[in-house]
Amino acid sequence: MTETQSRFVYVTYIRTTQEKLWQALTDPEFNTRYWFGARQECAWTVGAPWRLVLADGRLADDGEVLEIDAPRRLVLRWRHQLYPEAHAEGDARCEMELEPAGTAMKLTVTHTIGIADSKLISQVGGGWPRILSNLKSLLETGRIAQEDK
Amino acid sequence: MDDDAVFRALADANRRRLLDRLHARNGQTLGQLCDGLAMTRQAVTKHLHVLEEASLVATRRQGREKLHFINAVPINAIAERWIGKFQQPVLGALSDLKRRLEGDSQ
Repeated sequence: MTETQSRFVYVTYIRTTQEKLWQALTDPEFNTRYWFGARQECAWTVGAPWRLVLADGRLADDGEVLEIDAPRRLVLRWRHQLYPEAHAEGDARCEMELEPAGTAMKLTVTHTIGIADSKLISQVGGGWPRILSNLKSLLETGRIAQEDK
Repeated sequence: MDDDAVFRALADANRRRLLDRLHARNGQTLGQLCDGLAMTRQAVTKHLHVLEEASLVATRRQGREKLHFINAVPINAIAERWIGKFQQPVLGALSDLKRRLEGDSQ
């Protein structure tokens, strides 16, 4: 691999439909139920500004939609805004891919930044597994595994 | 995808070692993962296949290379199944303490 980038790849299989999963990923009200109260603000068109706002109103990350192909693929430019160290690392790229896998949907989240040992990538690396576990249990059972952190 | 596959995959020390290596450095090729291990390339390939089937390893193509990434989602799901939200900070503090006392930098 190139030593000059940091990347996480997260995969989860969710027993749901492609449309429901896409809606869960892009609907701000639904977001708050599994994203620890955070919500995305976005018009979901190419070039549209994208923001991730925490439950307390602080802006965590922002960027824009680089690619969107509903209900299959979403690529975001992702710039951290809360912690100076991670902010200083510049733009990251977050890809979400939805593929049918038998009776389930395979969701792959790839988060990449063009520097080695990224603070941002290790931060989001800790967050994604919990967010995706919540999303999976919410879609499959109507409840989340963890109410908050 | 199912818990049995995850536990079966984790039940082997060589497969746990491969996960440790990906945890230390994510996104490695087969060749990089084999480097310095006392396992044949075929054995590593087989173990990676089991890990991938259990969704503990995800792969991405980058140019001609196939990179392997540790996927923490199934491990997180196992943890959440038995560790409630109230216990988690306590357990986190305990494992921090254990790490510090045992001088394990991992």
